[in-house]
Amino acid sequence: MIENLNILINEIYKIFLLLIPILTAVAMIVWLDRRVWAFVQKRRGPNVVGPFGLFQSLADALKYIFKEIIIPASANKIIFILAPIVTMTLALVAWAVIPFSEEIVIADINVGILYLFAVSSLGVYGIIMGGWASNSKYPFLGAIRSAAQMVSYEVSIGVIIINVLLCVGSLNLTDIVLAQENLWYIVPLFPMFVIFFISALAETNRPPFDLPEAEAELVAGYQTEYSGMMYAMFWLGEYANILLMCSMGSILFLGGWLSPIDIYPFTLVPAPLWLILKILLLFILFSLVKAIVPRYRYDQLMKLGWKIFLPLSLTWVVLTASYLFYFNLLPVN
Amino acid sequence: MIIHSIFFYIFSIIAVFSAIMVTVSRNTVHSVFFLILDFITISCLFIMIGAEFIGMIMLIVYVGAVAVLFLFVVMMLNVSKQKNEWLGDEKNSNHIPIGLLISGVIFFELIIVVGGWKYKPELLKTFSSIGIDLSTTNTHEIGKVLYTDYIHLFQLSGMVLLVAMIGAIVLTFRQRDGIKRQSYFKQISRERNEGVELADPKSNEGVKIDV
Repeated sequence: MIENLNILINEIYKIFLLLIPILTAVAMIVWLDRRVWAFVQKRRGPNVVGPFGLFQSLADALKYIFKEIIIPASANKIIFILAPIVTMTLALVAWAVIPFSEEIVIADINVGILYLFAVSSLGVYGIIMGGWASNSKYPFLGAIRSAAQMVSYEVSIGVIIINVLLCVGSLNLTDIVLAQENLWYIVPLFPMFVIFFISALAETNRPPFDLPEAEAELVAGYQTEYSGMMYAMFWLGEYANILLMCSMGSILFLGGWLSPIDIYPFTLVPAPLWLILKILLLFILFSLVKAIVPRYRYDQLMKLGWKIFLPLSLTWVVLTASYLFYFNLLPVN
Repeated sequence: MIIHSIFFYIFSIIAVFSAIMVTVSRNTVHSVFFLILDFITISCLFIMIGAEFIGMIMLIVYVGAVAVLFLFVVMMLNVSKQKNEWLGDEKNSNHIPIGLLISGVIFFELIIVVGGWKYKPELLKTFSSIGIDLSTTNTHEIGKVLYTDYIHLFQLSGMVLLVAMIGAIVLTFRQRDGIKRQSYFKQISRERNEGVELADPKSNEGVKIDV
């Protein structure tokens, strides 16, 4: 009994050790996003609260906490309250399988990549629930748009994952990283990395694919009726999801915690730091895209997903499989 | 082991409860949400018996895609009119015999399957002649069986799905006139001399623009 309790306490300790840095990172990354966005547009961005405006997110969080939570009278109350909780929980549980180094991972499960994929595909429910329960036109339209968009782009992400799995021969995330010891998959699978990056933008509702919340047409879409802490939870969940997609990209294509070259000065840097650096690099790319590219039209978005990305990634699966088969490189164990 | 059974009972109670709530809840959207909860708990049960691949695929396919479409369809209906009234309503009660018939058939099939499994274990061997190796992960095992011994059935089921998909597209596809469609090739291959025309307008006459 005592042993079981010890295991339980140990696990809870590990979870908190992961969760608190992630929540802090999410707050900081919002600041980074706004900062990068501002610099591209030759503005200053948030620079008043604390050094370089670092505490801006903290101030925003305080503001959200002290604001009143307004629940519309005609809303479906239970689902309305559940929606932000679902979004945030799903964004955080996925981190359980992310390996920060060969030892630092909470759950090293056999089907890690499938778990990540499943959790990110569940993310759509937070948005649909929020949009439907608000019982109002704009949120509903936003929710419908987002559901169609996320389901479409998941398909191409799934096919891209198959490309990587063909090269690795395992669904375990640690194996996927270790298989890239000699060559990161961004080199042979570069077109897939580009498609993955764009699909990740669409999957997390980031600009230029932020049609669900398009503020010009839909007044923030599914978030219209939310206020105070519930809005902040949507927002935290969204950014946690973006970080998750960045880490998925760096694990699948950029070699996870591995250092770029295995020689002296690079080997001194601890493994988790490499993963964090890669996540940050991808995130800065995300914010640059937000600053540079105008929003897509809805039919263009669907066309891109179904008529361009899906055939392209499927063709690449055939290509990868034939290449591996022809040169006898298939990972058979 | 005791923790294992505690979790099993928690998950199965949630699964049975939400399965019942799917049929009795008044609001159709709530029904779908309970269905989703049911799918999730069932996949948890799959993971508990060590079938993690099936559990995850269940999450991805049913919860991530199929249930979203269910939700889509149900939300598009007029929910205030489409309440689940058949339980309390007199005139709609002719659904009940059909429902009972179908559930009776499913129950009978379950009895046959579970009974055969329980009392005649050798029956199972007539269906599958492949020995299952427990030392590898079950993703590898499924792959080995699915793409070798059952490849024809696998391809066949893919064909069935493809035909169903084409059928659905053909049924709903309609060519509408008067809709402006975007063609990237047309846009990119436009030249300056096609798009711009220099006109020399005379005073008091103007230019005639044909639209």
